[in-house]
Amino acid sequence: MEERLKQLQFEAAERVNLSGSLKELNEVRVAYLGKKGPITEVLKGMGKLSAEERPKMGALANEVRDAITKVIEEKQLTLEAEAIEKKLQEESIDVTLPGRPVRTGTHHPLTSVIEEIEDLFISMGYKIEEGPEVEKDYYNFEALNLPKGHPARDMQDSFYITEDILLRTHTSPVQARTMERHQGKGPVKIICPGKVYRRDNDDATHSHQFMQIEGLVVDENIRMSDLKGTLNVFAKKMFGEDREIRLRPSFFPFTEPSVEMDISCKICGGKGCSVCKGTGWIEILGAGMVHPNVLEMAGFDSKKYTGFAFGMGPERIAMLKYGIDDIRHYYTNDHRFLTQFGQKEFN
Amino acid sequence: MFVSYKWLQDYVDLSGITPEDLAEKITRSGIEVEGIEVPAEGVENVVIGHVLSCEKHPEADKLNICLVDVGEEEPVQIICGAANVGAGQKVAVAKVGAVLPGNFKIKKAKLRGEASNGMICSLQEIGIEGKLVPKEFAEGIFNFPQDAPVGEDAIEALMLNDSILELGLTPNRADAMSLIGVAYETGAIIDRPVKLPESDYTSTVEKASDVITVEVEAKQENPIYLAKVIKNIKIGPSPQWMQSRLIAAGIRPHNNVVDITNYVLLEYGQPLHAFDLDRLKTNKILVRLAKPGEKIETLDDTVRELLPHHLVITNGEEPVAIAGVMGGANTEVTGATVNVLLESAYFASSSIRQTSKDHGLRSEASSRYEKGVDPIRVELAAERAAQLLALYADGEVLSGTVAFDEQDKSEKQLTIELEKINRVLGMSLKTEEVLDLFRRLQINAHADGETIYVSAPTRRGDLVIEEDLIEEVARLYGYDHIPMTLPVHETNPGGLSVRQQKRRLIRQVLEGAGLMQAVTYSLTNDSKAGEFALDVREPVKLMMPMSEERSNLRLSIVPQLLESVSYNLARQQDSIAFYETGSVFLKEEGHELPKEDEHVAGAITGLWHFHAWQGEKKQADFYVLKGILDSLFERLGVASCIRYEKGNENDLHPGRTAAIYFNDEKIGYVGQVHPSKEKELDLKETYVFEVKLEAVYAYGQAPLQYTAIPRYPSITRDIALVVDREVQGGELERIIKEAGGSLLKSVKLFDLYEGDKMEEGKKSLAFSLNYMDPSRTLIDEEVVKAHDKVLKAVKEEAGADLRG
Ligand SMILES: [Zn+2]
Repeated sequence: MEERLKQLQFEAAERVNLSGSLKELNEVRVAYLGKKGPITEVLKGMGKLSAEERPKMGALANEVRDAITKVIEEKQLTLEAEAIEKKLQEESIDVTLPGRPVRTGTHHPLTSVIEEIEDLFISMGYKIEEGPEVEKDYYNFEALNLPKGHPARDMQDSFYITEDILLRTHTSPVQARTMERHQGKGPVKIICPGKVYRRDNDDATHSHQFMQIEGLVVDENIRMSDLKGTLNVFAKKMFGEDREIRLRPSFFPFTEPSVEMDISCKICGGKGCSVCKGTGWIEILGAGMVHPNVLEMAGFDSKKYTGFAFGMGPERIAMLKYGIDDIRHYYTNDHRFLTQFGQKEFN
Repeated sequence: MFVSYKWLQDYVDLSGITPEDLAEKITRSGIEVEGIEVPAEGVENVVIGHVLSCEKHPEADKLNICLVDVGEEEPVQIICGAANVGAGQKVAVAKVGAVLPGNFKIKKAKLRGEASNGMICSLQEIGIEGKLVPKEFAEGIFNFPQDAPVGEDAIEALMLNDSILELGLTPNRADAMSLIGVAYETGAIIDRPVKLPESDYTSTVEKASDVITVEVEAKQENPIYLAKVIKNIKIGPSPQWMQSRLIAAGIRPHNNVVDITNYVLLEYGQPLHAFDLDRLKTNKILVRLAKPGEKIETLDDTVRELLPHHLVITNGEEPVAIAGVMGGANTEVTGATVNVLLESAYFASSSIRQTSKDHGLRSEASSRYEKGVDPIRVELAAERAAQLLALYADGEVLSGTVAFDEQDKSEKQLTIELEKINRVLGMSLKTEEVLDLFRRLQINAHADGETIYVSAPTRRGDLVIEEDLIEEVARLYGYDHIPMTLPVHETNPGGLSVRQQKRRLIRQVLEGAGLMQAVTYSLTNDSKAGEFALDVREPVKLMMPMSEERSNLRLSIVPQLLESVSYNLARQQDSIAFYETGSVFLKEEGHELPKEDEHVAGAITGLWHFHAWQGEKKQADFYVLKGILDSLFERLGVASCIRYEKGNENDLHPGRTAAIYFNDEKIGYVGQVHPSKEKELDLKETYVFEVKLEAVYAYGQAPLQYTAIPRYPSITRDIALVVDREVQGGELERIIKEAGGSLLKSVKLFDLYEGDKMEEGKKSLAFSLNYMDPSRTLIDEEVVKAHDKVLKAVKEEAGADLRG
């Protein structure tokens, strides 16, 4: 009897081993462990055994049953894993095929540049001010120390709507209006972005409409060194930490002293190349200390208050940053142009 | 302003400073040098030759066979095609092996069988601009004076081995419109003294005042008028060095008299004019304003009508020059001129500016008068010209000057505190340092303690206020030496206004939804100006547009967006989606400035979504755009204020347009471009929207507040309603919501059927209604009750039947 049981265990293990599917395995389970299975049969013959042998044999039968159950379970796990594996194999897809496109738009490159500049100055405590694009001659010129008859305000250069109303030629009138609103009390610390208009024929470097972004700080004890330091922060943030700035004398009716700021050329590292016309420097913006006439006209006491102002063209900045070669691209809205600026820039 | 490096050395020592160094220094401290030109750069082996003989080429009419002495043992044979070549001339010869501009190399050649060993050159061929070549040599080769040394370097003789600095002058630096002015500037920058020219000459016993009289009527416009008389001059070419200097400065040489006036103009910045005294007839100068209807023929052979505000020089009877702008043809110096009246005057800049603008004439003279000349140099320049006329035109200068002079020539006295200079610049200069800078500028200054007194010379009309002095100090001391600091003051936090934040959100949402930001022009043409306008009114027009295409300010953004759409369609880009935010301009009665109304607009066409290999394809349509607007309003927190109604807009499809309302105010539209308009603009089916942002910007939405997530299940009931085709789904939804009461949480349309299984003129709309009570589990009877109300309401208000 004992031998019979051992033999059954051996046979069952053999059949489990040979089972190739869960179905076959189940057949083995039914065949050996079922109510009509051989172990049950064997146990039926226990009555013939002695009282001492009976529990021994019972224990042995249970052992064999457990052993068979165990191999079946083990096999079952293996077969299940194989089945899942097979199913997963069948479900596999070509992961190299294109994904479902998600449509996204992008900022216009000029907006990207303007927002980048805005955010940089906001972090330094500036507010963003805006004003009308159709402006009074007074704010566009007179309040900025450009009285009637001044050569720099030739009627030929501006789009007039009436004798006294025109499309603003720069965003400086926003400065004049903001200062006026402050009623002679500082600090004024603003950035003014916006569209401006000049009588130019549209070509690769001219546009009758373009963007400008200006900054103004007015308070007691604002120094030219503050202007230089501020522009230095701007240049490094906007164009890279390794860029140097330099100031050169210039002239604007609304600032005195007036300067232009150059940054060192990234392309040649200052040695001179075609981009910087051999000078190693690239002109970026105009700036200066606010002219006392401008302060006074806006209601500030020029003995007490000083200020600095700067202004630049986002078109030019974007041209330098991205290597754009024709200003008209900004206004024709060619999809093939606009889609090139979808990638966000970080610095 | 073109400045010859060599010429500049007449007035200031430049030894040890290369032209490039000089340009850099001037740029950094004063005036931007926009370029340096070396006229004969790379030109080699061009010498002065003597044409020994010149004969016609036997085989070619237009060619000459010349034998030219070039200072070598044997003369060389050169074939020359110039019509003006002739034996005995001194010419510029490019020898074999010479290099001309553009790296043009001269080689031995054979022309129709005859050897040619070099080239006789025109001035153009050695790098001089055609418009600067003296007229007599403009069409052919150049001739040197007879005494030119054969074999010598021709480039050197023409003084072309020079560097010409191009100064970009800002309007305030009129003082640098002369060589002497640039010399003062250079001297200050490199700290070297300035040598001024001296005007020594012998004058005759006869006095100018014996011969002519000067009278000025228009004293405001003409505070100084000086006249000198030079007799018995011999008209001829001016010396080569003078011609070369004029060419370097961009002025074409004419004859000695004209060249001398131009030379002194360049040297002193003081315009001069020479009249043929005999042709003046009256020996009288009267300066006055023009009379109505008066005319003058100017040097450029143009008859010009004069206006009563134009200042004219007359001979007492008729105009002989437009003051400071251009001389008259009737008194022009010609080859036959013997006696000359030389004018040196000071005309008011505003008068000259207006006159030169009226006549569209800008000359070397007028551009200097416009910016203001130095009153002290009026006489200096006249004397200098007299000296040169005596020297180079054999003139006899009559003694004295006939003058009208009422100009105050005193120097402006300015005072500034050292503390102010340092406060404005953020520096700590000492009094001596500041005084030293003024010394370098040759400006008289002294100090009393820390108060600095400056006497601004008349040549520096730009020094008027303290800040002008601060600028002189800063630029000369060097902007590089200004430290870098940041403003030290109580700062308020920076930031964007609510309007600016909302604008950025609009961009973010629309871009997230797939629209590209466009920027278009505000100016448009007559017909586009009124199209697609939310506020139909007369557009704001420019007084003097550059073109009809850009003559009106826009009333709507959509027309320009559609222009951009067609631009792309024409370039094989057929799925386009744009938006733009910007102002439209509305004329308003009683307001000086138009109202600038900020709008957002969009346009989509073509495929909205395309994923070919999985068979997904979605055409851009009305609902795509409306869905984008819905999410935009949602994000802006105004969705509950927004309502769409069937719209009727100009230029839009009458059956596919919705008007957008913000509460009761119409703020926009969304719809398909009218098919006839699509055809006109070469568009395919295109959908657009435009929304005024004022109400959206102004709306103060409720603060965000958390609502508890429901803990009890909801019950959903679907209904299909059959209604007349005209009944709007939005209206049904409104009725359902109203009738459903507080238990009805949401209503969603999930099906629209208008097919042939429906009765004619009917459609079926299926809605999914969701009922819920957040505080407890709903019982069925409550839902039935609410739902019955809904069914009753849609029947009564919209004639809706449940679909069987
Ligand atoms: Zn470079």
